Amino acid sequence: MENKIDQLETEVKYTAKDFSSDIDVKWCPGCGDYSILAQVQRTSPDFGEKRENIVWVSGIGCSSRFPYYMSTYGFHGIHGRAAAIATGVRLANKNLQVWVATGDGDMLSIGGNHFIHACRKNVDLKILLFNNRIYGLTKGQYSPTSEKGKVTKSSPYGTVDWPFNAIKLADGAGATFIARTMDRDPKHMQEMLTRASKHKGLAFIEVYQNCPIFNDGAYFHLTEKETKPENVIVLEHNKPLVFGTNKDKGIKMDGINPVVIDLNDGKHSVNDCWVHDEFDDNPTRGFILARLSDLPGFPTPVGVFRQYNKPTYDGDYMKQIEHVQTQKGAGTYERLMFSTTTWEVS
Amino acid sequence: MAKQVQVIEDVTVRFAGDSGDGMQLTGSQFTDTTASLGTDVGTLPDFPAEIRAPAGSLAGVSGFQIHFSSNDIQTPGDSPDVLVAMNPAALKVNLKDLKPNATIIINTNSFDLKNLKLANYDVSPLEDGSLSGFNVVPVELTKLTVTALEGLTLSPKEKDKCKNFFALGLMYWLYNRPIEKTLQWLESKFKKKPEIFEANQRALKAGFYYGETTEIFTTRYDVKPAKLPKGVYRNVSGNEAVAIGFVAASLRAGIPLFLGSYPITPASEILQELSKYKDFGVVTFQAEDEIAGIASAIGAAFAGSLALTTTSGPGLSLKTEAIGLAVITELPIVIVNVQRGGPSTGLPTKTEQADLLQAMYGRHGEAPVVVMAAKSPVDCFYASVEAAKIAVEFMTPVILLTDGYLAFGSEPMKIPAFDELPEFNFEFRKNPEGFYPYQRNENLVRPWAIPGTPGLEHRIGGLEKKDVYGNISYEPENHEIMINNRKAKIEQVQTVVPDVEVEGDSTGELLILSWGSTYGAIKEGIRKASAEGYKASHLHLRYIHPFPKNLGDVLKNFKKILIPEMNKGQMATIIRSTFLIEAIQYNKVKGQPFKVAEIENKIYEVLGGKNGK
Repeated sequence: MENKIDQLETEVKYTAKDFSSDIDVKWCPGCGDYSILAQVQRTSPDFGEKRENIVWVSGIGCSSRFPYYMSTYGFHGIHGRAAAIATGVRLANKNLQVWVATGDGDMLSIGGNHFIHACRKNVDLKILLFNNRIYGLTKGQYSPTSEKGKVTKSSPYGTVDWPFNAIKLADGAGATFIARTMDRDPKHMQEMLTRASKHKGLAFIEVYQNCPIFNDGAYFHLTEKETKPENVIVLEHNKPLVFGTNKDKGIKMDGINPVVIDLNDGKHSVNDCWVHDEFDDNPTRGFILARLSDLPGFPTPVGVFRQYNKPTYDGDYMKQIEHVQTQKGAGTYERLMFSTTTWEVS
Repeated sequence: MAKQVQVIEDVTVRFAGDSGDGMQLTGSQFTDTTASLGTDVGTLPDFPAEIRAPAGSLAGVSGFQIHFSSNDIQTPGDSPDVLVAMNPAALKVNLKDLKPNATIIINTNSFDLKNLKLANYDVSPLEDGSLSGFNVVPVELTKLTVTALEGLTLSPKEKDKCKNFFALGLMYWLYNRPIEKTLQWLESKFKKKPEIFEANQRALKAGFYYGETTEIFTTRYDVKPAKLPKGVYRNVSGNEAVAIGFVAASLRAGIPLFLGSYPITPASEILQELSKYKDFGVVTFQAEDEIAGIASAIGAAFAGSLALTTTSGPGLSLKTEAIGLAVITELPIVIVNVQRGGPSTGLPTKTEQADLLQAMYGRHGEAPVVVMAAKSPVDCFYASVEAAKIAVEFMTPVILLTDGYLAFGSEPMKIPAFDELPEFNFEFRKNPEGFYPYQRNENLVRPWAIPGTPGLEHRIGGLEKKDVYGNISYEPENHEIMINNRKAKIEQVQTVVPDVEVEGDSTGELLILSWGSTYGAIKEGIRKASAEGYKASHLHLRYIHPFPKNLGDVLKNFKKILIPEMNKGQMATIIRSTFLIEAIQYNKVKGQPFKVAEIENKIYEVLGGKNGK
């Protein structure tokens, strides 16, 4: 079959500016989305792809305006369906690097089914979840990541539903790169983005993102200088789980339960701390870490929870096509029409 | 003793039994053999929605009807001449459909108290005289089969399962068909299970020789080949024709085929069939749901594939929002809707034409799409190729309507040469100079600029876009311009839609207007009425939106327009509102296609003849 898709082979060196479109960015002043856009544009030159081979796909919501602000190919979809649209793009052209910009409502509520199945199949997509724990574009209803009891426009007496933990969900569903970062930590976010861009398989990054209008300060205890060290633990491969303003606290395992230990109490040292292994095939550790943000008295982890290798859906699909084509030869019209019972009328 | 062979023109046979009795297989084997002899064939399976309703129950009856003829035929036949009833329930369910004096071959071994009770018979119909109007042929099918398999190590249950091949062998003998084709099929099918092969081939031969040697039939029949156009033929069902139609379209277009689909009756066979064509580079994405089916297809269209999604009514409802996205992004996708009885889950295995208005108007906002309908199993092939061509040439979603009757019905297809298929005239935009995503050509079509092409990076999506330039625009004037553009583009499709041709006189008292799968029954109904001196002309629509240019003019030439539909008058509604003319409705919503006789009688009624017979 004649393939009408061909590629231009030139080596281009990009800067952040090369990834900025000519459209005015229209998020609210102070929105955490600005930081995400800036970090993506800054790191895009390091993604190792030509600009024309990068596609940003989104659903609906504030975060889903993202593709318009990138100078790559972009597709602004319908509510919740970004992962499914992106899967189609990826399956249609294996040379494309496909990113998804989505929010907590878009991906975890209306798009929950597409999200878990994209993870399950380990489609080679990079999903960036802008999690502000609120519906912003519809002006302030609670979202599937809003904390229980939250008072919002649609829950004047507080929500009675439990929130999703996006990291647990992604790992449980089968994503192979699972990370969390924060809008107010640009350097960390850049590192996560670059690593996700290099991952083969479904890379999921949850970004804690502030909505200054409808959920202002939701993450300030994690992002602000004064409180961050006590409340955040940065996951680094092969490093002990230590946190605190003075690096004086650690996390160790008591059986299958994590406990916070005081490294200055004379009884514990850094050697007691759990050492983080990003590349663990076993999901148990990642799951324990993912739970920490739900447990009172524990710091919230950021960083790569887990990264492991598993054949991708699109990769295996293309292999199967190649295999059958090698076995049978490329399909022809004659084979299509005649490889069944035929008879001649003369 | 050699028996007399009587040549007949036309016969309709129905195999009926429990849904576990293998009636569909028996029917399709009989069809393949018969078609390969050059006889014209039309078939229709009829099976319950339950995969295995309780054995022997009325709900579990599965049937397969074959109409074969030395004439050119259009339908699977109104009423069977012969019924093969494997059990009492099969007899009870099918009896009302038979022709007077029809032959009923009955497996008497299954007429025990238990099965009679399951079929709600107080007294065996073999004994109470209720079958006196028929030519009943009792055969101890189960016993004869088991006897033929003596010596094989299969379990009694496995042996019992071979009885459909005994019945098939008997029917082959009765209609003078060779058993070789089925033998070959058995051999390849059970290559790795020699015992099963042996059992089935013994049963098949036993059935054939039973007809030959016993006195139950004094006559055997032959149906000579039909006078079909020269060429090489194969058999296709509607679903199969859709599948190969899109592969052929992909070859013709020179771009790979992508199918995003979620299994749903009666459309699943298209997904199954297309999943075989990996050597053609076909990607079949079995999605997590109907919405992901179309959403992935839209993504694939954006990336340059020939994009397809297949479904049935409930799935079309779920895809509705995404069709709107394809409308506003002006991406080429085909949505094949194999209609079934609705609303809701309705009658999943039965046929209906009640999604027409949904296909036409079932979206929010002003969202026109191209709507087409296939008229026969073979036409499913050509309609698929044309739907794909219109989609890519006009950068638009196309909804192609088929239905359960077409999907499962089958008929011989003359295989066209590759270059007899229409050419696809489109190209991917390559040149970055002066590129704007919504700049239109003379047909109002925007460029197809696919990711991977340097210099054409652009963003599209569900928000309204600025005319030509494609940036988001909320300007009131622009919105109206874009709505008008999208509407005008779809109207522009009319330039490639052939004018309708009336079969019969081009003016007169009565025109029957039809669309979709009713074509065959209406054509034959008109032929029969005409033989009685009652004239009607026939106009069949394949292109429903936009209509063919000359449709309005053609309609004006008739005093009465009759529109038979398997819905409550959806096409009649469109015709009335488009042309401001009166249309006589003839509606049937029983999950069953029109019978030829029903159309014939309606013609008499409308023309005021035959005492309104």
